[in-house]
Amino acid sequence: MEKFTELEAIAAPLIRINIDTDVIIPSREMKRVSKDGLSDGMFANWRYTEPGGREENPDFVLNREPYRQAKILLTGDNFGCGSSREHAVWALAEWGIRCIIAPGFGNIFYGNCVRNGILPVILPEETVSGLVRQVEEDPARNMLQVDLIHCMVGAPDGTTNSFEIAPADQEMLLEGLDAIAVTRRRDDEILAFQGRDRLKRPWIYL
Amino acid sequence: MPRTVIEKIWDEHQIADLGDGTCLIYTDRVFLHERTGSVALKSLEAAGRQVRNPEQVFCTMDHIVDTFPGRTDETRMPGGTAFIQTTRDAALSAGINLFDLGDTRQGIAHVVSPEQGIALPGATIVCPDSHTGTLGGLGALAWGIGSTEAEHALATKTLVVKKPKTMRVTFTGQLSAGVTAKDMILTLIGRHSASGGIGYAIEFAGEAVCKLSIEARLTLCNMTVEFGAWSGLVAPDHKTFEYINGRPYAPGESLWEQAVEHWQALGSDPDATFDKEIEINCADIAPQITWGTSPMHETGIDRLVPDPNDETDENKRAAMERALEYMALEAGTPLEGIPIDAAFIGSCTNSRLSDLRAAAEILEGRKVAEGIRAICVPGSGLVKQAAEAEGIDKIFMAAGFDWRESGCSMCFFAGGESFGHEERVVSSTNRNFENRQGPRTRTHLASPATVAASAIEGRLADVRNLD
Ligand code: SF4
Repeated sequence: MEKFTELEAIAAPLIRINIDTDVIIPSREMKRVSKDGLSDGMFANWRYTEPGGREENPDFVLNREPYRQAKILLTGDNFGCGSSREHAVWALAEWGIRCIIAPGFGNIFYGNCVRNGILPVILPEETVSGLVRQVEEDPARNMLQVDLIHCMVGAPDGTTNSFEIAPADQEMLLEGLDAIAVTRRRDDEILAFQGRDRLKRPWIYL
Repeated sequence: MPRTVIEKIWDEHQIADLGDGTCLIYTDRVFLHERTGSVALKSLEAAGRQVRNPEQVFCTMDHIVDTFPGRTDETRMPGGTAFIQTTRDAALSAGINLFDLGDTRQGIAHVVSPEQGIALPGATIVCPDSHTGTLGGLGALAWGIGSTEAEHALATKTLVVKKPKTMRVTFTGQLSAGVTAKDMILTLIGRHSASGGIGYAIEFAGEAVCKLSIEARLTLCNMTVEFGAWSGLVAPDHKTFEYINGRPYAPGESLWEQAVEHWQALGSDPDATFDKEIEINCADIAPQITWGTSPMHETGIDRLVPDPNDETDENKRAAMERALEYMALEAGTPLEGIPIDAAFIGSCTNSRLSDLRAAAEILEGRKVAEGIRAICVPGSGLVKQAAEAEGIDKIFMAAGFDWRESGCSMCFFAGGESFGHEERVVSSTNRNFENRQGPRTRTHLASPATVAASAIEGRLADVRNLD
């Protein structure tokens, strides 16, 4: 997994509440046996003029310059609610999103983000609106700075906003670890367990 | 300290307590299917990770393959063929056990796993599928996981799991004629709601559960997820051991006695305590039928469609009203006699040999009512073969049922197939959610016997009243 330490990037505002995973990636867009190739279908219902079509809707924020280069998403409360489909996070990551700033996230989605190298940042609604206002004045210049080591989001006007993240999640992102890698650190323990268990329950070991 | 069967299995598999209520748990078996297993295997491969102990990993084709005779890799499900072929390739390169199309052992994951002796008492078994708890019928601790979790289990042989609370559901007394394990579990969900089991692992106990056959216990445990529970099981007993003995992946002769001795010690200690206890008297259970869009929307077939106005909880009342509208039913209508369009016998809930026998007993010498589409999908190639050896296929077909190859089929659009718009289906499956079996399809869940009786009558029928 790609490490996340610091990021300075264009932020795109997509301010609506309750954007669910079905909106982030409609089920008809999950056609392949893969975590890849999903970015094309990301926000398909909003991004394209017709369902299933590929003609871009010029009004959708991520279709406009310079937001096409955005790596940060500023959005509304309860982002990523709904079904547990991890495809939503895979699609966002592939498109290039590295950080999502919102007043709140869907529970499973939040965990999926951390597991896939996207930093979910929770900031109060007023703070998010404040960032949106500054960004919109000149999106290409007014970039946001996100620092995961110090848990800070720096605004274009120089103010900083601190956020909270669970130490285990922070470590996973900073070191680019995934859950498997974290568990792998206990491999000695696992293998020792397996050795003892093999004697105790040999029929389990085919 | 006295322990429950759940705690005994948990303790035996706990590698580490990670604090914050989670533990690192050893997983004995991973079962995959082509819908979710494909992604897990492929991305594991892409990450350059190996499956640890591939000999303890199994995979079947059930969720995407179609069930028409003479089937191939082609299905009506868009992109389905790729899922089938990717799964096959990834399974072969990972060196796991694959029950592929054309193999008589192929079938629905939770049917194949007991049949092959893969699910064992006291074992932990996971599968990226929500009905994995079925295997609790054999005294296994089994639960459904997500696709990334499946990767974790494949790569490390472990999962990080939140420790569940324990619940014992005791079924006392005796079942009446025509009443089955399906009616028991529906009754539990109807009385204690679809969220009554959230956060719990359940032990099913009591005289009536002891008397159930192993296949019936699998049915009972199958719907623990519809009760909201994390997992559910029946402590293993001599019936369990008899069922397992001699199956392909079961302990062989040299280990058999050691295994049985181990399994015999798994039962809950007499003075073990559970976080919650529920008791249900089987004498009160009639054949059950669902009338709404949640498995908790259910009652006896001899009852009326309930009136939302009698419900005091506002959210539940609103859900009932929505359900009745979706189902096109009026409060106060007798359930027995509601005309149907189709009947389905299949799914991991009720597609085993005993289920097909129960239905065949009713269908023998009778015909499905005019205009009713009736389909039977055996749970595995081996179930199908065994049923055919007994002539059950002939009984089904003579009655007017389709007789299919095994798979999930119209439990949920497998093979891209579904029931029609607003069709009313009586079904031996486990989910009656909106659109589950087809566009605006209206599903009534019931036992195979009730489905067979209803198919013959052309309306929801009480199997006890069939002449
Ligand atoms: S039969 Fe239905 S419920 Fe069972 S595994 Fe298949 S799709 Fe799921």
